[in-house]
Amino acid sequence: MQIIRTGTVYDVVIVGSGAGGGMAAKVLTEAGATVMMLEAGVMWDARKDSKMLAWPYSSPRRGAATPERQFGEFDAGLGGWTLEGEPYTSAAGDRFDWFRTRMLGGRTNHWGRISLRFGPDDFRRKSIDGLGDDWPISYDDVKPYYDAVDRLVGIFGSNEGLPNHPDGIFQPAPRPRCYELLIKRAADKLNITCIANRLSILTQPLNDRPACHYCGQCGRGCASHSNFSSPSVLLPPALATGRLTIATNAMAREVSVDESGLANGVSYIDKTTGREHHVRGRIVVLAASACESARLLLNSRSGKFPQGLANSSGVVGRYLTDSTGTSVSGFIPAMMDGHPHNEDGASGAHLYMPWWLDNTKLDFPRGYHIELGGGRRMPGLGTGGGSHRYPSGGGYGKPFKDDCRRYYGSTVSFAGRGEMVPNEDSFLEIDPAVVDRWGIPVLRFHFKWTDHEYNQVKHMHETFRAIITEMGGTPLGSMPTKENGYGIEPGGRIIHELGVTRMGNDPSTSVLNKNCQAHDVKNLFVADGGPFVSQADKNPTWTILALAMRTGEYIADQRRAGSI
Amino acid sequence: MNRREALKVLLAAPVATLTWTDVEAAQAAAAAQDARATAAATAKPFVPKFFTASEFKLVRTLADIIIPKDERSGSASDVGVPEFMDFMMIDQPTRQVAMRGGLAWLDVECQDRFDKGFVSCSEAERTAVLDDIAWPAKAKPEYAHGVAFFNSFRDLTAGGFWSTKAGIEDLRYMGNRSVARWNGCPDEALKKLGVSYE
Repeated sequence: MQIIRTGTVYDVVIVGSGAGGGMAAKVLTEAGATVMMLEAGVMWDARKDSKMLAWPYSSPRRGAATPERQFGEFDAGLGGWTLEGEPYTSAAGDRFDWFRTRMLGGRTNHWGRISLRFGPDDFRRKSIDGLGDDWPISYDDVKPYYDAVDRLVGIFGSNEGLPNHPDGIFQPAPRPRCYELLIKRAADKLNITCIANRLSILTQPLNDRPACHYCGQCGRGCASHSNFSSPSVLLPPALATGRLTIATNAMAREVSVDESGLANGVSYIDKTTGREHHVRGRIVVLAASACESARLLLNSRSGKFPQGLANSSGVVGRYLTDSTGTSVSGFIPAMMDGHPHNEDGASGAHLYMPWWLDNTKLDFPRGYHIELGGGRRMPGLGTGGGSHRYPSGGGYGKPFKDDCRRYYGSTVSFAGRGEMVPNEDSFLEIDPAVVDRWGIPVLRFHFKWTDHEYNQVKHMHETFRAIITEMGGTPLGSMPTKENGYGIEPGGRIIHELGVTRMGNDPSTSVLNKNCQAHDVKNLFVADGGPFVSQADKNPTWTILALAMRTGEYIADQRRAGSI
Repeated sequence: MNRREALKVLLAAPVATLTWTDVEAAQAAAAAQDARATAAATAKPFVPKFFTASEFKLVRTLADIIIPKDERSGSASDVGVPEFMDFMMIDQPTRQVAMRGGLAWLDVECQDRFDKGFVSCSEAERTAVLDDIAWPAKAKPEYAHGVAFFNSFRDLTAGGFWSTKAGIEDLRYMGNRSVARWNGCPDEALKKLGVSYE
């Protein structure tokens, strides 16, 4: 097969265009570097491609999921847990569901915009409870970058002075919805911290982007760019430098190395033509999402790197984690026959509950935060569903129709997102037998929860049920048992996979150094969720952005100093 | 970009072609109404792609029993729920067996009891069967399969009905629009829930 080789040598080749890749591209192009960005999916800009403000009846399937958009046909996530022609496998008895989007900006297009900094304790968990490992960096190392991300991207929230939930540079948070006030009252009674949510949605204009118009549909992509996605916030300034080239439908196959063992480019398939390409770069940054970047490294085998690139430690693919997750809905009689009003608000909850307890007094080592939902949402396919779980018990006819009206908007929901402790049984490797449609060997996942996680989600369920009861309501569904894992979602379902190219000071137990630079290959970097040493009871995106900015600046400094 | 310019962007042509403004939604609803009227005038009935003709008759009958016309809105079939269900069976093929089997279960149950299919049953006969399967908590174990079918049929009928323009208006949902300022929740709603911003 003929490989099309470009004559141009870019300063940097970045694989991936999401939070990490977008940020690296912005920082590096603004520092003067020429950058080639490879994106495996299609071109996408919410300004013209968003389904914002579509009514369910504008489609014959009323917004239902399709194989191509597994969060619903109006959702901005082009992809899902399965992709045609791109399989992956799980080891016998294990299950890991791997979510991938294939579009410019990746998952930043449809994510929940929950933008939580990791706290000081989150970088040194082993020192606190002896489990997992400490990071080679501290909160103080990352804080300036969190601040810069807050300023650049925009985030609302409230400064609370909580010890492990750092304050930020917040725009004003929107007022809570009325049922959220009801939830807060119950939380206050139960001594559960309940504060303004921290979402990367503008409540004031910022950097030429207008404030939110409160349609509550961030997941569809925002046509006015009032929330964060990579194509709306990071790529425009990078493109404005004239130094960023983006290749879409470019599926990376391998990182190439020269005789001295330095990375010198990336080979990829143009999915539209099926032809093989090779692009040359002085520096390679992987930001293809944690597992995809690890796959690239493991597939980049050579005489010099027989275990895959940057893997002399054998740690590439190890310590795979996802957030734990489970959820409960509750029917709240006080919310029946609600006063009709527009309750859309900013997308997602206006309040949330950060971890509020002391793990030394509990039977699980790490915390979780609680996300809220409910109220008078846009009616859709689920409206009036599950009626047999309500007090009416089901039925039909005029009484059923009236019940639907009465019950509309009378439920609340709680979802926990907790910290998993990395373990030796959760990792990925290359499947020895299976390839994707382009012949690239695919990933095989191994994944195990332990009692650390099971006991934690049990606690989530008990907490959610206590809040619902305190609100005078009834949980819809019974408490899951130990046998069904207390309702824990399968690994990968929360889409916070992290840690498979972790950083550390010891090259024998980590892939990257504290600057996200490969120990084995000094001009190779990772800028997605791969470098994380541990999860936290927070969502990872804000930390991916901060680390990618830090890595980008480090690369620019090193280039200037002539050391890479 | 200031707010007014932003709203201009929102309403600009590229977005408008992919999403619906209120005006367009109203136009679409009117067009659908016209199409139905034309279909009625030309006596060209809808031909289901998944359901057989007799299944479709049963689907229409059952959907309208679940959501009948009343003073606030039309029946399930008035807003095209049976046609929507036919589409969903093709769109989500994993639903097909349970749907076809459930409809058959209902007809066989009626045959056993009354020697005729559900559609041919009297209102009292239909009620007798539905009352055995429409309240899962009260249903006898021998009706478990009927209960499971009716739960999912009722869910699909409800979702299909309440996601129409008529259904959304009936529920008095007032969102899915650009709002200049978020003021939180109105006093009446706060009062009803007994909460406040103080």
